[in-house]
Amino acid sequence: MSNIFKKQGFKSVCASILCILCGLIIGFVVMVILSLVNDSLTVSDAFHGLTILLGGPFSSGTAQYVVTNLGDMIFYATPLIMTGVSVAIAYKTGLFNIGAAGQFLMGTMGSLLVALNINTTGKPGLGILVWVLALIVGALFGMIWGAIPGLFKAFFNVNEVIVCIMTNWIAANVVTWVFSSMPQIINTGSGKSGYLITTSVTGNGTPKIGLDKLFSGSYLDLGIIIAVAIAIMIYIMLTKTTFGYELRACGANKYGARYAGMNEKRNIVLSMAIAGGLAAVGGAIYYLNPGIEFKFSSAYQKLPDYGFNGIPAALLGSSNPIAVIFVSLFIRYLSIGGDNLSSAGFNKYIADVIIALIIYFAGFSRLFGDLLSRKKKKAAVTAAPAAPGAIAAAVSVVRPEIMGDKDTPAEKLKEPEKASDSVSEVLKEPENPETDGKEAEE
Amino acid sequence: MVFLLQKTLVYAAPLLIVALAGMFAERSGVINLALEGEMVFGAFIGAIFAQTFVNAGIFTDNVQLMFLVVLLISGVSAAVFSLLLSLSAVTLKADQTIGGTALNMLAPAVMNAFALSLFNSEKIQMPANFAGYVIKNPDLPAFVQIFGDKAYLSTYVIVILFVVLSVWIYKTRTGLRMRSCGEHPQAAASVGINVFKMRYLGTTISGFLAGIGGYAYIATIADGTAESSVGGMGFLALAIMIFGNWKPLGIALGAVLFGFLKCIGPVSSSIDFLSKMKLPMYFYNIIPYVVVLVVLALTAKKSGVPKAEGIPYDKGMR
Repeated sequence: MSNIFKKQGFKSVCASILCILCGLIIGFVVMVILSLVNDSLTVSDAFHGLTILLGGPFSSGTAQYVVTNLGDMIFYATPLIMTGVSVAIAYKTGLFNIGAAGQFLMGTMGSLLVALNINTTGKPGLGILVWVLALIVGALFGMIWGAIPGLFKAFFNVNEVIVCIMTNWIAANVVTWVFSSMPQIINTGSGKSGYLITTSVTGNGTPKIGLDKLFSGSYLDLGIIIAVAIAIMIYIMLTKTTFGYELRACGANKYGARYAGMNEKRNIVLSMAIAGGLAAVGGAIYYLNPGIEFKFSSAYQKLPDYGFNGIPAALLGSSNPIAVIFVSLFIRYLSIGGDNLSSAGFNKYIADVIIALIIYFAGFSRLFGDLLSRKKKKAAVTAAPAAPGAIAAAVSVVRPEIMGDKDTPAEKLKEPEKASDSVSEVLKEPENPETDGKEAEE
Repeated sequence: MVFLLQKTLVYAAPLLIVALAGMFAERSGVINLALEGEMVFGAFIGAIFAQTFVNAGIFTDNVQLMFLVVLLISGVSAAVFSLLLSLSAVTLKADQTIGGTALNMLAPAVMNAFALSLFNSEKIQMPANFAGYVIKNPDLPAFVQIFGDKAYLSTYVIVILFVVLSVWIYKTRTGLRMRSCGEHPQAAASVGINVFKMRYLGTTISGFLAGIGGYAYIATIADGTAESSVGGMGFLALAIMIFGNWKPLGIALGAVLFGFLKCIGPVSSSIDFLSKMKLPMYFYNIIPYVVVLVVLALTAKKSGVPKAEGIPYDKGMR
């Protein structure tokens, strides 16, 4: 058993590396094209650009900049880890959480309402208490916000994607609305407009626990440790507990789960609530940092990038919370390399192009995996979980008209099939749900 | 009131066509999450061409004709871009959500990268007199004014395309075949339909429409500024498509309803009883989203989701 484990893990790592290589190669081609169309650049600049990009924070020049950028790389990866895990856990339950942006904003709002309205300057002990309270309130806001799509899905059968998109924009407007009515926490300093004060003013900032000395000049704080701990906890919850098994079972086949006596409605709502809480903690951790300012005035116009970037982080990490940590760090690594690209005459968006390409190739990582090992496992993988779907599909063939709008079992089995595919492929675990079940029972 | 309805039409038009774009892809069995990216791509290429035309003096004597040509170019370029999605989702059987997400990231990244190194700016601002393209007929009677005054050529193009394609997908043989690939591809294949071809057709039409919607968005709502984002319009259109239950009539209803609610805020100051209440802008901004959610909660028991949507076609499966 453990042999298969290792083999599959190895295979998926190889496939991921292949994805990254392909992304880098095409990204390099883009740089070459750019250097050809732009007169001020030569092809050798493209090579220079590639080395800078690959260097990430290590290509930042002086040792001081390297250290600062390394710290910032980790700091900016923190919210990405949280939104990535948020999307991942929903994906495991067969839900697509495209609402991480709104949940992120709600978490930001909840935590900043607490942290900025209570002033504890000069009382460090109290400051930490307020900080913890702020984090919890933020998480609660996000959980409630995330539960809304779950409730709509479970009780009204409304597609969670549409509810997530709607709640995103509602959250964006609510955040601007609430903060614009609180003049006491708006930064009215010179040259500032539309920003809130930071937690450094009220003394409730995230503790640095010495990380600011290790990575001097960077924003890095305790947040990263919390994020990593939460990701590991979610991983353990998903793989080692009954509840996690139930969530995955609902994702694999909610009818099967219901037949086995699980309450799939409760699981859908809980999964979305947890996903919402996770994205919210990402927002809270990010903005509770004493150095980060929140621009509330334009929040209603554009959703935060962190919310959407969680989707690629989760997909690239195959919805595995531990993998999401490394993927997030990797994405930030490339982005910092992109920021350094201007010294070679290119702009930072090259890094975005490469990240997008890597995600594009990640879509066919299974194909890469199959190429790596010529074993025809694929048939077995898709056949086992899809069996109930196939039966229902066969039923619908019998129906005279193919594209009617009637509610048939086949329709409902469509989603579970898709999700089961990702569950099996992703967790590097035995695909067969039955053996999976035995493990959970033990 | 007339002004409100005029605005509604302007706002609803891109939503309408992009939601239809989503419907075409999903009815053929492919989840097109990349609508946003396709809109950005089409709009950007369109904007570059519009600027080139203006600088080179082509079509400048007939602005409306130029608008049409640029609209077509936007559509075609987005259709070509959408081939990337087809390649991954149909030919290589990759996860369709991943492909769509990647395209959503790729379009703004590529556009920004090229725009920055070619124009030294992340935005392309079209010359004001060419960006407008507004058709003005203030002398018409009030009811006709809604459609004939302060209107855009793109709105008419979009409405015509919408009607023609809606009829096409329901009344022609190819349309029927395409829909069957979204419901049960194996059954469709058993009667000799080429599922791959149909899905390519669906996603390509989808890309074309999304590109047109993207250019219509930047030319009308965004006042001729092409940026790396279309304000979440692609995702909104996806929501409208689900709201419309994957059917053209529902989509039309959803787009017009959403456009109407969205436009109440900006014009509220000129409506007597609303301006007296002095509600903040954010309140009006929230209304359309809340109304859509409430309507959905009341009506969405029956879902018209294409049954084979999101599942790569596998000949061996039953």
